[in-house]
Amino acid sequence: MDQYTLNLLFVGASFALYIGIAIWARAGSTGEFYAAGRGVNPVVNGMATAADWMSAASFISMAGLIAFTGYDNSSFLMGWTGGYVLLAMLLAPYLRKFGKYTVPEFIGDRFYSQTARIVAVICLIVASVTYVIGQMTGVGVAFSRFLEVENSTGLFIGATVVFVYAVLGGMKGITYTQVAQYVVLILAYTIPAIFVSLQLTGNPIPALGLFGSVDADGSSVALLTRLDQVVTDLGFNEYTAHGGGTLNMVLFTFSLMIGTAGLPHVIIRFFTVPKVSDARWSAGWALVFIALLYLNAPAVGAMARLNITQTMWPAGVQGEAISVEDIESREDLNWMRTWQQTGLLGWEDKNGDGRIQYYNDKASSMEETAAANGWQGNELTNFNRDILVLANPEIANLPGWVIALVAAGGLAAALSTAAGLLLAISSAISHDLIKGAINPDISEKGEMLAARISMAVAIAVATYLGLNPPGFAAQTVALAFGLAASSIFPALMMGIFFKRINNTGAVAGMLAGLGVTLLYIFLHKGWFFIPGTASFSDADPLFLTIKSTSFGAVGAIINFAVAYFVSQATEEPPQEIQDLVESVRVPRGAGAATGH
Amino acid sequence: MSKNGGSDAYWKANVRMIGVLLVIWALVSFGFGILLRPMLSGISVGGSDLGFWFAQQGSILVFLGIIFFYAWRMNALDREYGVDEE
Repeated sequence: MDQYTLNLLFVGASFALYIGIAIWARAGSTGEFYAAGRGVNPVVNGMATAADWMSAASFISMAGLIAFTGYDNSSFLMGWTGGYVLLAMLLAPYLRKFGKYTVPEFIGDRFYSQTARIVAVICLIVASVTYVIGQMTGVGVAFSRFLEVENSTGLFIGATVVFVYAVLGGMKGITYTQVAQYVVLILAYTIPAIFVSLQLTGNPIPALGLFGSVDADGSSVALLTRLDQVVTDLGFNEYTAHGGGTLNMVLFTFSLMIGTAGLPHVIIRFFTVPKVSDARWSAGWALVFIALLYLNAPAVGAMARLNITQTMWPAGVQGEAISVEDIESREDLNWMRTWQQTGLLGWEDKNGDGRIQYYNDKASSMEETAAANGWQGNELTNFNRDILVLANPEIANLPGWVIALVAAGGLAAALSTAAGLLLAISSAISHDLIKGAINPDISEKGEMLAARISMAVAIAVATYLGLNPPGFAAQTVALAFGLAASSIFPALMMGIFFKRINNTGAVAGMLAGLGVTLLYIFLHKGWFFIPGTASFSDADPLFLTIKSTSFGAVGAIINFAVAYFVSQATEEPPQEIQDLVESVRVPRGAGAATGH
Repeated sequence: MSKNGGSDAYWKANVRMIGVLLVIWALVSFGFGILLRPMLSGISVGGSDLGFWFAQQGSILVFLGIIFFYAWRMNALDREYGVDEE
């Protein structure tokens, strides 16, 4: 059976499973549609949250970004896990006690204002749509390779599948579908990682293999020492060293952490557990299932970087580079040719010596070597970061079924998150905007219909913008986190911890945080992400050394400050709101949630 | 103890615990993983140093410990202060 058929088989079988579960669990009432009737066990909920959470950014993109940057991109690892600590202690139990279905509902009630609720809906939609664009980027990359179709065709197929099960199943469909997706994606990530770790370090646990040793020129050397050596020999930054700005790294990590705790599709998960105490355990279980992938991700990145370097320099970095003839004919380098077809990998023999020299042509340390050997620039001209995890099993020459499994896993990751986000977007529009503000008398049926229509519209918009994304999948997603960090997290946290924050303060804070962050992102990534409209670049950012992906942390601080000072200058919140805050702080009396 | 007094003390205990745990949270990630890494560079861990380990894996393990400790302690505090769900 050839690779193409195998891929189709694995991807097809996994899709059939998800859609089957979605149809089997078709939602009945609106309560079930949004929050699975609140009957979900914390461990099961944790697993579904993990699948919901780990998207194309975590699965497809993150290890590639770590591989090519090294230590500095540890921010992704700390940021996307550290947020769960905030979620577990600062938000989840209280929001579960509050017992409504959506995030804007809490903000609207706590700040006793329809305006606050609508501003929250806007924040939620801006962050979620940006997030879905990142997912669509990942879906496009995965399909373009595994089904050997155009990037745009892959996007359209993915969008259709998401639409079918998100619309049919609602949250209940998604909860059980996402358990299945978690199993597929964790196997798909871990199995190739184990193979590669065994090959390189002899350790079957990749997370430990990262700190193990490899065989180099007949002697045993620590993997990271070896990696540092070969990448610096080629003029790249030392893998384990801190190369970029410290301020940016701290803010980026912080932005991802509070963004995690402010993303509505994750928070909504904690509405689905039966009790307040379960909400606390749920956050822990979610992180357990997330950590299974995140502890291995840095190993995947480092090992792939070493494998790629060794592929390009088969005789070592002091020897001869790989020949063009080898790349174009060798069976085990088939992956380079297939990825070249997608346009995401490219090479060019600039100096015409029949070999492809891969090195950092911008490093001054390489000038002498390049001149002495007649190199005329780096000849591995394109290596899209988003292909690394998907190409990893091929680079390491693993069996065909492993490659097919990774295809299914990457799609599971992208689709599950996209579905969760679409649910959050659709409930914000149908429940908070239409039922809450525009037409309170809408029937249950009408509300469901509105939810489904808004999902379809959101998919269409994200697919359109996904054709021209503002960065690699994880970078686009990082922007979404910055937006959530600067708008939703501060409002929720202050709503619970500071009784004195009133409606004027909260609304001013959210608008200031979101506005400033959005402005900073558009200035660096183009207005509405339209290419060519950016005034600054992340290489040389507007403010200090802060990149647009890190600016959410600054936006959040602005949000906190504005909300605090505006609230101090205006009247105290009414007594019943202070009582409401008192009541969300204690678990006693948490009943089933209501939609009203 | 009146109901209100009870829940006030409960909330203070909660906020105190959150404060301590957030200090640990920040220490392992922003501290050991980034800002204090140069101070830990003497302790080597498989080809790199302790700060690198904290940035890539250690902080995640500590985060897990924090969340489970908090869930366990808070669920016990709920009962102690009589504010648990029946």
